[in-house]
Amino acid sequence: MLYEICFNARGGQGAVIAARLLVHAACLSGLWGQAFPLFGGERRGAPVFSYARISDKPVRLRSQIREPDALLVFDRSLAKSGVKVKEEGLVLVNSPSRPQVAHAKVYWLDATSIAKKYGLVFAGWPAVNSAMLGAFARVTGIVAINSLLEAIKSVWAGTLGDLNARAAEEAYREVVGGA
Amino acid sequence: MQKTVISGNEAVALGVKLAKVQVVAAYPITPQTIIVEKIAEYVESGELKARFINVESEHSAMAACIGAAAGGARVFTATSSQGLLYMSEMVFWAGGARLPVVMAVVNRAIAPPWSIWCDHNDALSQRDSGWVQLWVENVQEALDTVIQAYRIAEDERVMLPVMICLDGFLVSHSYEPIEVPSQQLVDSFLPEKTPAPYWIDVTNPRSYGTIASPETYMEFRYELQEAMEGAKRVVKEVDEDWGRLTGRSYGGLIDLYLCDDAEVVAVLIGSWAGDAKEAADIMRSRGVKAGVLRLRSTRPFPAEDLVEALKDVDAVAVVDRSLSPGLPSILLSEVKAALYEHGAKPYVKGFIAGLGGRDVTPQDFVNVFERTLKGFKKGETGKVEWVGLRGVGSGHR
Repeated sequence: MLYEICFNARGGQGAVIAARLLVHAACLSGLWGQAFPLFGGERRGAPVFSYARISDKPVRLRSQIREPDALLVFDRSLAKSGVKVKEEGLVLVNSPSRPQVAHAKVYWLDATSIAKKYGLVFAGWPAVNSAMLGAFARVTGIVAINSLLEAIKSVWAGTLGDLNARAAEEAYREVVGGA
Repeated sequence: MQKTVISGNEAVALGVKLAKVQVVAAYPITPQTIIVEKIAEYVESGELKARFINVESEHSAMAACIGAAAGGARVFTATSSQGLLYMSEMVFWAGGARLPVVMAVVNRAIAPPWSIWCDHNDALSQRDSGWVQLWVENVQEALDTVIQAYRIAEDERVMLPVMICLDGFLVSHSYEPIEVPSQQLVDSFLPEKTPAPYWIDVTNPRSYGTIASPETYMEFRYELQEAMEGAKRVVKEVDEDWGRLTGRSYGGLIDLYLCDDAEVVAVLIGSWAGDAKEAADIMRSRGVKAGVLRLRSTRPFPAEDLVEALKDVDAVAVVDRSLSPGLPSILLSEVKAALYEHGAKPYVKGFIAGLGGRDVTPQDFVNVFERTLKGFKKGETGKVEWVGLRGVGSGHR
């Protein structure tokens, strides 16, 4: 099994950490993985791309992901970025309503509102990563929500971990779509 | 064992901490910077009891490492690309002076044109400097090799600096689950550093760095060559010992993947061995016996092991992520020389790929295997082909 994920986001939304968190959660679910940013640099507000691979055995690949199984869009304006998702794959968008995405399987949730609700705003940018991953856990079942919550709490200690975990849980419940 | 998800750069820093390095002198450069930032954090928090020397350049970083190593300390630095080139004079000094410095080189292409992305020309430019050069495939191997490197460098049969080469971004910035050995385990593997007889000792003054006349210079160089030859055995022993303790070893000087019965083998260094191994699996699913030989060490060059692994193979593809303008390619020439020396004559074809971070996929390696077998069957010359070259009619796309 090899499952490849692309994250399209803006610097400050937490996409680079999201990819790492997902691999962390995958390990806690007994899987292997690999997370990497778009090789170059990241700037707050600018488009940022990161990637993750999840597998049932150690990941040997080093080449770029060409056709992911899932695309997670943290900022609606980056939904049409040219990433070609596998036909049987899915697109998950941070959006209060059905996003305009040409793909058979589209899911959405208002991750920005969830992040704001739990005070996850840093330097003016709502960090939507935990919410997006909570929704991802729900729509794919690749990682267990409990593994994700455990990964979140090990990355952020104390209150911050709790708030991120609550955001992930709420997103897990709220995400809609699929048709 | 519980796994930790960290990057290649973080793994190197963790290895340095576990090796209880005493002096670190470094200058930042992308994509290496995170290594020394992380080490600085360890020193600041007291987790690593080391002296961190901020320097004004890579040249000074290596000079400080040389001084500290000559004083008997266990030392570390890291750099990339332009930084390594700027350091070069001191790199050769550390090798010639037989000082067990350990340095991580996060491989990055050389300018111009500017690039921060991976290729192997930076470290390979220092291949005659008297450093043992080890290349890693992934994050776990990066951590393990840092710890192994000190055992190799400080072995009395070696007494040479060791360079750990890890691919810029592809390994340095990739996060992977790894097993982190306990301090107790590392302590049992890597004893505290004991100063050798020729360290600087203020109670026993000697002269260092003096001139060698034409009557003595050659003997120093001969001994350097002998030490490098001796390092072959030590690199293997150390990797085997590590394997006994942790269950992880990497084949010593060469990492072989499905080479035993192979008709075609790709020879290369670095992390894209993973993509090549995926390609070998694809070839085998189509009935072609393909294998991958990853050189873990380029200095010493493991000629004997390489020949042993390739002597019954029909066709060999040597894939270089580097260029020596005017020479067909670097590893290709070294592999061919080793085969010629030992009388083994498989068909050998060269490829140049991935310069400046150009993406290379398993499909590219499938093409390399197929192209090499075709060349062998048609009796073509092994002329070097560039993989994925744009806008040039090279034939291989």
